[in-house]
Amino acid sequence: MIQDIDIKELRNLIATIKEIYRYDFSNYAISSFKRRILRILELYKISGVEELITKIKTNRMFLEEVIKEITVNTTEMFRDPSMWRTLRETILPQFKNNNTIRIWHAACSSGEEVYSMGILLKEAGLSEKTSIFASDINEDVLKTAKQGIYPTRTLELNMSNYERFAGIGKLSDYYKLIDNNEKYVFDKSILKNVMFRTHDLVLDESFSKFDIILCRNVMIYFNFELQDKVVQLFENSLFTGGYLVLGSKETIAWCKSAKSFSVVNVEDKIYKKIG
Amino acid sequence: MQNIDFTKYRVVVIGGSAGSFPVITKILGMLNSDFPLPILLCLHRLKHIRNGFVEALNIKSNIHVIEPEDKTMIKSGFAYLAPSNYHLTIEIGNYISLTTEELINFSRPSIDLSFDSASYVYKDRLIGIILSGANKDGAKGMCRIKSRGGLSIIQDPVEASVKTMPESVLSICKPDMVLKTDGIIELLNKIKK
Ligand SMILES: C[S@@+](CC[C@H](N)C(=O)[O-])C[C@H]1O[C@@H](n2cnc3c(N)ncnc32)[C@H](O)[C@@H]1O
Repeated sequence: MIQDIDIKELRNLIATIKEIYRYDFSNYAISSFKRRILRILELYKISGVEELITKIKTNRMFLEEVIKEITVNTTEMFRDPSMWRTLRETILPQFKNNNTIRIWHAACSSGEEVYSMGILLKEAGLSEKTSIFASDINEDVLKTAKQGIYPTRTLELNMSNYERFAGIGKLSDYYKLIDNNEKYVFDKSILKNVMFRTHDLVLDESFSKFDIILCRNVMIYFNFELQDKVVQLFENSLFTGGYLVLGSKETIAWCKSAKSFSVVNVEDKIYKKIG
Repeated sequence: MQNIDFTKYRVVVIGGSAGSFPVITKILGMLNSDFPLPILLCLHRLKHIRNGFVEALNIKSNIHVIEPEDKTMIKSGFAYLAPSNYHLTIEIGNYISLTTEELINFSRPSIDLSFDSASYVYKDRLIGIILSGANKDGAKGMCRIKSRGGLSIIQDPVEASVKTMPESVLSICKPDMVLKTDGIIELLNKIKK
């Protein structure tokens, strides 16, 4: 097994991917990026970065698989239940009298957060007036998100998070078990006002304006420079008074755009665009 | 064990799981309050008990214990506790990166990952300590610290309330020192900058 990779080799790899395929990983946090590559070498039994580069150059399908492995897709429903409670109890009520509420899940992975939001809105009676955009760089995870089918082994965690979120029903009100109980599928009505699209936070522009943007546990994989740029993108994509929600251990404190936001809730990492 | 140069170290990283809480509490409570190095704590904990743990550690600690945010600069005077459900790793440039990568040894945070990434950055200027625990997470990381020239220490299995973790280090490499809690404290208090 290969124990380490040279930074120079990583740079070559990143340059190749950028040149041929338009993905740019040059500002991803380097140590986790390196671990992902080591993992890929092991998974596909590839001897080193040079061989990986050769394979990537000639095979687009393989490149897409590699991208999926590079980007960490871990997610769960109602992760950090207190944040979801804050959304329900203090953030969303402010939009009660609006005609529309626009929400962007930036980097939604396989969609668990989108279903969480769908359920929250339904229980709050706000589904009808809300439009949700859910995006990710990776088409494969978006496909899963659209289908809303997940393996049953993830159910225990999702159910316990839903309980701690203290929803008004049971999570099982929203899904049914399929395939000999090996999987469960969410009720399509939860997704009624959801649009999925691919969007690359590194290269793509702002495409609309929103009241709430959630981008959780994504920027931890970026370096300072890229975090700065992405927060700027969110600033441009929020209405004044709109909210940005990050992962529980993320912060915009170091970003240039920080001055355009006020901190609404330090624990839940909810920021408000001011001025 | 060769003579230790007490002035060359930059960071201390401590890993533990079942049975390590009282040991950590004792260490933090008996370290000199001007202990000159930052401490990284990677302790297995219940996934969804997010609050209360830092507070519990802080009650008796002479060092300020915090749960860092992503990209926090590492400074002396602080002990950085890996947040639940995140891996804690070190980046070149002396700051913390948190990640949600896959579980390692059924654990997130994983001690192996914290130890490995810290030793990659600090090489022979890192001190690693493995305490009581019920799984083998940390063994590989500890041996990685040793092979990169850092100082590797395990809590004496005789004293550890759950021996699996320190013993699994012994099963793959020979740590530099096997110490009881008091020995660990005495050694750490000799460190100067
Ligand atoms: C750890 S998941 C976060 C999932 C969810 N937000 C949560 O916190 O549970 C990170 C996601 O970011 C996506 N991602 C990584 N780089 C991206 C980029 N440049 N543009 C858009 N999405 C990206 C990955 O594909 C992955 O689905």
